[in-house]
Amino acid sequence: MMTKFLMLLMLLGGSLMAGATLDAALIHTLANGESDEKIRAIQDLGALATPEAVLVLKSLSDDALFVDGEHVFYLNGDQAIDAVTGLALTPIPESSDNVVINNRVRSELNTALSSLKLFDPKPSVRRKAAEALLNDVSPDMLPVLTKAVAQETDAGIRELLLLAVAQINLGSPEASLRLSAVQALENSSSPNARNLLTILLDPAHEPVEAVRRAAQASLKSVDNRLALSDALARIFSGISLGSILMLAALGLAITYGVMGVINMAHGELLMVGAYATYVTQGWFRLHWPQALEGYVLAAIPVAFLSAALVGVILERTVIRWLYGRPLETLLATWGLSLGLIQCARLMFGAQNVELTNPSWMSGRVALPWGLSLPWNRIDIILFSLFVLALVWVLMNKTRLGLFVRAVTQNRAMAGCMGVPTGLIDTVAFGLGAGIAGLGGVALSQISNVGPDMGQGYIVDSFMVVVLGGVGQLAGAVWAALGLGILSKFLEGWVGAVIAKIILLVFVIIFIQRRPQGLFALKGRFVDN
Amino acid sequence: MRTPLLFRTLALFDTTGWIATGLFVAIMLVLLPLLHLALPEQSPFYVSSYVIALLGKILCYAIVAVAMDLIWGYGGILSLGHGVFFALGGYAFGMYLMRAIGHDGVYQSDLADFMVFLDWKAYPWYWSGTEYILWSLVLVVAVPAFLAITFGFFAFRSRIKGVYFSIITQAMTYAFMLLFFRNETGFGGNNGFTDFKRILGIPITSPGMRVGLFMLSGLTLLMTLLLCRYLVTSKFGRVLTAIRDAESRVMFLGYNPLWYKLTAWTISAVLCGIAGALYVPQVGIINPSEMSPANSIEIAIWVAVGGRATLWGPVLGAFIVNLAKSYFSVAFPDYWLFFLGSLFVVVTLFLPDGVLGLWKRLRSRVRRRT
Amino acid sequence: MPPWFKKKQQRGFGSGDAGYARLVDNSAVDLSHGVILYLEDITVSFDGFKALDRLTLSIDDGELRCIIGPNGAGKTTMMDCITGKTRPDSGSAYFGQAMDLTRMTEPEIAAMGIGRKFQKPTVFERHSVFENLELALKRDKRVRYSLVAQVDDEVRDRVSDTLQRIRLEGEAERMAGLLSHGQKQWLEIGMLLMQEPRLLLLDEPVAGMTDDETERTAELFQSLAGQHSLVVVEHDMAFVASIASIVTVLHEGRVLAEGTLDKVQNEPQVIEVYLGR
Ligand SMILES: Nc1ncnc2c1ncn2[C@@H]1O[C@H](COP(=O)(O)OP(=O)(O)OP(=O)(O)O)[C@@H](O)[C@H]1O
Ligand SMILES: [Mg+2]
Repeated sequence: MMTKFLMLLMLLGGSLMAGATLDAALIHTLANGESDEKIRAIQDLGALATPEAVLVLKSLSDDALFVDGEHVFYLNGDQAIDAVTGLALTPIPESSDNVVINNRVRSELNTALSSLKLFDPKPSVRRKAAEALLNDVSPDMLPVLTKAVAQETDAGIRELLLLAVAQINLGSPEASLRLSAVQALENSSSPNARNLLTILLDPAHEPVEAVRRAAQASLKSVDNRLALSDALARIFSGISLGSILMLAALGLAITYGVMGVINMAHGELLMVGAYATYVTQGWFRLHWPQALEGYVLAAIPVAFLSAALVGVILERTVIRWLYGRPLETLLATWGLSLGLIQCARLMFGAQNVELTNPSWMSGRVALPWGLSLPWNRIDIILFSLFVLALVWVLMNKTRLGLFVRAVTQNRAMAGCMGVPTGLIDTVAFGLGAGIAGLGGVALSQISNVGPDMGQGYIVDSFMVVVLGGVGQLAGAVWAALGLGILSKFLEGWVGAVIAKIILLVFVIIFIQRRPQGLFALKGRFVDN
Repeated sequence: MRTPLLFRTLALFDTTGWIATGLFVAIMLVLLPLLHLALPEQSPFYVSSYVIALLGKILCYAIVAVAMDLIWGYGGILSLGHGVFFALGGYAFGMYLMRAIGHDGVYQSDLADFMVFLDWKAYPWYWSGTEYILWSLVLVVAVPAFLAITFGFFAFRSRIKGVYFSIITQAMTYAFMLLFFRNETGFGGNNGFTDFKRILGIPITSPGMRVGLFMLSGLTLLMTLLLCRYLVTSKFGRVLTAIRDAESRVMFLGYNPLWYKLTAWTISAVLCGIAGALYVPQVGIINPSEMSPANSIEIAIWVAVGGRATLWGPVLGAFIVNLAKSYFSVAFPDYWLFFLGSLFVVVTLFLPDGVLGLWKRLRSRVRRRT
Repeated sequence: MPPWFKKKQQRGFGSGDAGYARLVDNSAVDLSHGVILYLEDITVSFDGFKALDRLTLSIDDGELRCIIGPNGAGKTTMMDCITGKTRPDSGSAYFGQAMDLTRMTEPEIAAMGIGRKFQKPTVFERHSVFENLELALKRDKRVRYSLVAQVDDEVRDRVSDTLQRIRLEGEAERMAGLLSHGQKQWLEIGMLLMQEPRLLLLDEPVAGMTDDETERTAELFQSLAGQHSLVVVEHDMAFVASIASIVTVLHEGRVLAEGTLDKVQNEPQVIEVYLGR
């Protein structure tokens, strides 16, 4: 009696408090009904789309909805919350069974939950849900969608929802609804809308001429927008690839530019940088987990110094003795690269190691034209610009850079003027190696880190240097960007492997046509 | 007046050279096959088929090393892409070997297994004729030659030299590797060709066939040595070394270096192709990893270890490095790369003339003392 | 466009590959007007700097011409243009009446009958003196021939003749790299002689020679003049005085003066150029 009264009160209050309670019968069907009844209950709850309903459905999906006689409840911390009233149950029921569901129910539940995301208080979650809908929307979601549109406060998300509604309406039996849907879809940039519109071009599917014509027009504008966003996405990934190539090649441009050293171990210096990042991450995990997010920043100097150190050691012990013998240098540095690879294998194992992107480098940022760019790529582009600026300043604004350029242009003369050429060689080589290490930091955030990772980059970075002309920083930058963008566009047309082959052939032909476009050796001592 | 061919052949080597050649023939072409075929397995002198297979493989490598020496040691052109010629020769002969499997493959189809797997209905056009061993032997020579001539012509005409040439040859072999890794290229993708059954109806694993291939490799190496020796002692060889040392002087004497380099380059490529064709049936597999840049660069170290511009040196080098490799891969697999890496460094720093150079230096020092 | 994009040291493509290095009978050079070399308005610039500036020069058949000029005057560059090493930006260079040198490659030009000695002696250091000369011998220079060529008695005779002329008889089997600087100069001259060119271009041939050797070189050149034409670039005025009838003075890529040595030495511009301002 008492409880009944309370429940009534609750119900009244509930309607005042915008649905704080749920229909008890519905909840009981959900908990105790047959599968079909459960599904209906889930749909009803989904259509309600109140926060309470969401909580119940979520608990059900987590296998955390319990039944104890007449009570249906879920756990929140150490409280048991009654599913109907939303109030804590005291005392906590002692024996209880959790509500069991089969796969069919579960898939229904998932659909309901995902459409419920449209009502999430966080706009970012809502936006994501709406974006997902655009690529996969089914007619039975219409009621939920209409409701979501009505509640939506963010104009951008609302627009996305309306596009989804329009996609559904394309299948409506009423020609006028279809027509307005077709017109609304003009602003869509989802491939799904494109497919639906294409179907409408066919008289067998769409009897009304006007709708067909409108579909034609909308399709065109969708296509244009898709092509644009596709092209933009390609350019972006091209720039991103280019920035990585540039990071890999900048160091090489310095080492070759100054001492004519073809360093085949350059890729392994990238690897050193990447492993240094890995070690830094490990250190943070162990000693300073609160700051783990910042490990990548800390890894930048670590990677630079460790790669530079390895570079200086290589220069002092081996490369130093081979100046003026480029072919021998090539072979010796290849040998060094083999040694470095094996070292990495012995120290870190032959498998790739795990690196996690910090949260500020994961996820994507959404832009207009349906473009969404991953943060880690954006960060790497910024990072490569930073490195480029650093190198430029070092080479053009410091005394070291002056010496390095002097040695590049005329070693003997620079030596006579009191420039310590031997020291400059070592420092410059260390610098080039350090920059490779920085490249390794960037690589560690987007690709696998393993002992063999450097091998894949050596051919590419030589191609960049070859195209740009050595000693020409600007040349390396343009060549890297050009190769990056070109290769991404080619990939779109012919696939990654053929694209790579075409590029290699292109570079080979380029060298044949402009041999001095490569390592730009000037002056008269070239041949004699 | 022309010297008869016999005399000219005899003049190719000095006495030591002929003694080395004789020893080589005696061991490789007579002794080892005899010990393998004639002795029972229990005998302490029995040479196992493992040894025959290993040495046969190294003989093929030695051919490649000599070919590399011709172009690098004498011509001064360091190719980092010779693996591609070797592999192309191997693939060319491999096509015949695949066709010779007949219906004995897993799918018992006319087509090669990987083609059935890819759901192909017929052999692509470039496979036509490969069921005839003669045609595939023609391809063994023609394909590497064609690639070498086109690539070499443009590269040498553009006067690409030194490291630049090395780097673009590396890019070339890399591009080919990628190409052959694709399934659609029609050469078995990743897995390449394997599971060969027979050559000319004779099972490929029979002792006779094995020894036959082994001896053929030895013989080819011998012919390669004689050919290269002839080339480098002829005027052609003198011009080639002159180009290596002072190319512009050669040009102003009226020789066109393009054709000299191209000839040496093409001969070298064809020799590699032949070596590849001998290699494939002996190891029973060919796949695109043969074209990886690392493989090609290893060839250079065989030559450097043995001694550049010596011809016998590279043979020695191929044996030293590859025997060491098979020893290490059993005994200390983890240290093989260290060994190989330090070989690169040590040889370039301390042994510019390789083992043969070291030997000569030691000998002359001993002589001077006595 | 970056400066290195310019094709400078490169000869053009496809310039008659077919004619390469054939054995050319250089008596076929058309000398009907008695002029063996004619340069007209040749301009060469390196990154904007004009090494040759509308240079015009003509050499008669059988003449021995000396070219002098301060460092950087463009003397070596002129030879580069004649021998095909550098392509002029504009202007023409004719060998005889009909042969346009700007369209030929180095080996073609050499086979045509122009021999050149470099400023820095360039011989095959790892070949013996004998082999150096043998390689230079005027013979078919094609690969095909080189594969079957043999060192026969005729070759040996020719080589030993030349060895005598350049006074290296005792050194035939030595590695050329072991020779002294002066001997290398001689060897290179010897290689030119083996080539039997119609026109010899000699860039500072007596640098690094003793007075005695210089004198002998002068004798050699004078004995060559007549059947051959010689263009000699030299800074050694005594040597120039001992061999030349006509001297050309180059300065900043142009002909400053031309005439007998006495005459040019008295011209005020020449004095100014040599004595500095
Ligand atoms: N390949 C080149 N690149 C740039 N500049 C060059 C090149 N070759 C020659 N020059 C320049 O052209 C000018 C003429 O050089 P050239 O060698 O012809 O002088 P030269 O008269 O032979 O001098 P010298 O008497 O010192 O030998 C010089 O200033 C030189 O620096
Ligand atoms: Mg000069």
